[in-house]
Amino acid sequence: MTFMKMTRRVVLAAAAVSMTFATPSFAADEAVESIHFLIPGGAGGGWDGTARGTGEALTKAGLVGTASYENMSGGGGGKAIGYLIENAASNHGTLMVNSTPIVIRSLTGVFPQNFRDLTLVAGTIGDYAAVVVGKDSPINSMTDLIAAYKADPSGTAIGGGSVPGGMDHLVAAMAMEAAGEDPTAFKYIPYDAGGKAMAALLSGEIAALSTGFSEAVDLANAGEVKIIGVTADERVAAYEDAPTMKEQGIDTTFVNWRGFFAAPGLPEEQLIAYQTALTKMYDTPEWEEVRARNGWVNIHNNGDDFRAFLENQEQVIGDLMKKLGFL
Amino acid sequence: MLEGILIGLSTAFSITNILMVVGGCLIGTFIGMLPGLGPMSIIAIMIPVAISIGDPSAALILLAGVYYGAIFGGSTSSILINAPGVASTVATSFDGYPLARQGKAGKALTVAAISSFAGGSIGAVLLMIFAPALASVALLFHSAEYFALMVVGLSAIAAFAGTGQVIKALLMTILGVIMATVGEGALFNMPRFTMGLMDLQSGFGFITLAMAMFALPEALYLVLDPSRSKTEGGTNEIKDLRITKAEAKAITPVIGRQSIQGFLIGVLPGAGATIASFLGYAVERNIAPKEEQEQFGKGSVKGLAAPESANNAACTGSFVPLLTLGIPGSGTTAILLGALIALNVSPGPRLMIDQPEIFWAVIISMYLGNVILLILNLPLIPYIAKILAVPRNFLIPFILFFTLMGAYIGQNNSTELLILVGFGICATVLRFADYPLAPLLIGFILGRMLEDNFSRSMQLYDGISFIYERPMTLGLLVLAVILVVLPSYRARRARARAEGVADGD
Repeated sequence: MTFMKMTRRVVLAAAAVSMTFATPSFAADEAVESIHFLIPGGAGGGWDGTARGTGEALTKAGLVGTASYENMSGGGGGKAIGYLIENAASNHGTLMVNSTPIVIRSLTGVFPQNFRDLTLVAGTIGDYAAVVVGKDSPINSMTDLIAAYKADPSGTAIGGGSVPGGMDHLVAAMAMEAAGEDPTAFKYIPYDAGGKAMAALLSGEIAALSTGFSEAVDLANAGEVKIIGVTADERVAAYEDAPTMKEQGIDTTFVNWRGFFAAPGLPEEQLIAYQTALTKMYDTPEWEEVRARNGWVNIHNNGDDFRAFLENQEQVIGDLMKKLGFL
Repeated sequence: MLEGILIGLSTAFSITNILMVVGGCLIGTFIGMLPGLGPMSIIAIMIPVAISIGDPSAALILLAGVYYGAIFGGSTSSILINAPGVASTVATSFDGYPLARQGKAGKALTVAAISSFAGGSIGAVLLMIFAPALASVALLFHSAEYFALMVVGLSAIAAFAGTGQVIKALLMTILGVIMATVGEGALFNMPRFTMGLMDLQSGFGFITLAMAMFALPEALYLVLDPSRSKTEGGTNEIKDLRITKAEAKAITPVIGRQSIQGFLIGVLPGAGATIASFLGYAVERNIAPKEEQEQFGKGSVKGLAAPESANNAACTGSFVPLLTLGIPGSGTTAILLGALIALNVSPGPRLMIDQPEIFWAVIISMYLGNVILLILNLPLIPYIAKILAVPRNFLIPFILFFTLMGAYIGQNNSTELLILVGFGICATVLRFADYPLAPLLIGFILGRMLEDNFSRSMQLYDGISFIYERPMTLGLLVLAVILVVLPSYRARRARARAEGVADGD
């Protein structure tokens, strides 16, 4: 379900650039005068960092004149989505940041809208998911973990940092299902913070932990955990030692994306201007600095690719959540 | 440990963090001096500022600086105008104010400053020794033990509530636990008790609630009960800060004893600086020779040194359960815990391993803070004391402004303001009815963790068998029962003794 098609991205970018040929090519450097970023959560969260980091790179690289930011928390992001739709006509200069939870939360009905009610701009960055075990654990691979689970289903619990039915749970369930086990039978134990889940892993309360790949790499580099499965198609350069799920015979891939949405009814030329600015951003040193500082992975999906990606993700997650009894 | 201390030193001695300590101590001293503003209100007001800093160590250093600055400042107003700014300095006024009336205000302030400094510094040394030991034990804790620990934390509130307050404190605790259930729970992916309001989906905001419980009622209380904050003029002339050799000799053992006792009381969940200061005062009076005992309450330097060293040591002590177990021992540390969670730091046994710079920087900054407070309090006190003349007309709008701004800034959500004002009014009514508000906030913070850990244990053990299968859990739960039963048993015994039934001891 990962869409990282370089060729398509290049073609699209080229197409977008060619549309601005009418204007002098230097003026295209600052095709967008200003962007107002709408952040559906409080200051300091993942959405906040994504919007501010992207804004920083865009303005410093001269792709966008000025950037402003607005935090609007409430309803797990639903408040900001509702605001953007209700005030669509006056918000053509606004980009809202969001991520995988917009798909999950509209499925569970946390808010009534879904991504189809918005204009899809682009998915810009992402993170794979990973399963880790403690550094002293006898488990060394997904195969070991499945074997341990088969031997003692009740004593082999998998923990994660999200609520049941949230991302970490779904990833663990996907892996279990792909390994031929019943995804509803294993014990998923939720923790509200990474630190607590780590303490639980080291105290032996849980056998394995489902978490984000970049977080797992930090822990593995600190010598605290072993990564036994990544949900990428191929091994990731950031940590070559971590085997993928696929190479262990577990056909599971998953990307937790982050991207930008605009108000419904956004004029076509404005949408293209935003997409062009974001596409160009990847080649700038300013973006590279922001990306490296935050440990983000470039996973770029523009417009229609983004829609196809989201529809596929909605399908897979929806089916799984139905199976798990969350829908 | 040595490595940790070095990390802490390098973090604490960065320019920003030194500024945080100095700023925190100054703000704390100034506001703590104002009658009616306790450390909880001050910290609640400062949280949005601290969170906007973004760096957790800097934020915690700032808040800790505000905390002990407030305790320090509270003692100044206790001594000079007999109006303790904070509950933990009430005992300070017993002997401090008589000294000031005898024209020895300068001497009293010096004794208070030295005792506070010694209490705080000894407390910081003990924290350095105790915390790592406790944290290594805590690494063995599973969810079941954390659940039991939360139960102990909640019961301890009852144990240390004032006489006749046990039922009220328990009621407020339970109310706090109930309020914690609003929003998306740990067990289900669905909103609970939100009454269909989207703004309640992620539960009540902790900062909003802290402001509503402490800062807002403080301001309303000042309006509704003017007599409480009246400054009775008083002769505030401060001269001659020196103390004699004999006096220094008299207070040294007092400071030593009370620093250690105060620290240990501070470590206990539910106790804190107020209990430590009263207990310190009582103990010193009881062990003093007969002729000195009569001096207590009339201007004894010993009676002043005891609560001052005890309350500062207890402040430091209350950081032990906060930093190592992640459970707050007092209302103030509950607010600090909320601030830490908002900064994506989860205090607990992993803190020292995952983020040693935060842990050690806070401890090192405590030494630094004490030195700064000593410098601040000795030569500058005559000038700082001028703030006591600020009329209420200016004070109240100031508190209201910072409270409302603070609740709005973090979330940019105007609903928070409505929630703040609504709960603030409820809290004011409760305060007039003499219900303690700190237990509600502790219940609110511990309630979520209580439920999370309970549900995890239930899942892991397929039922409640973890209660008897894990000895440590059982032990902690038994302790919790004792903590609830003991005060009512002692109250009954005291009643019986008053009636002349039991006079065994």
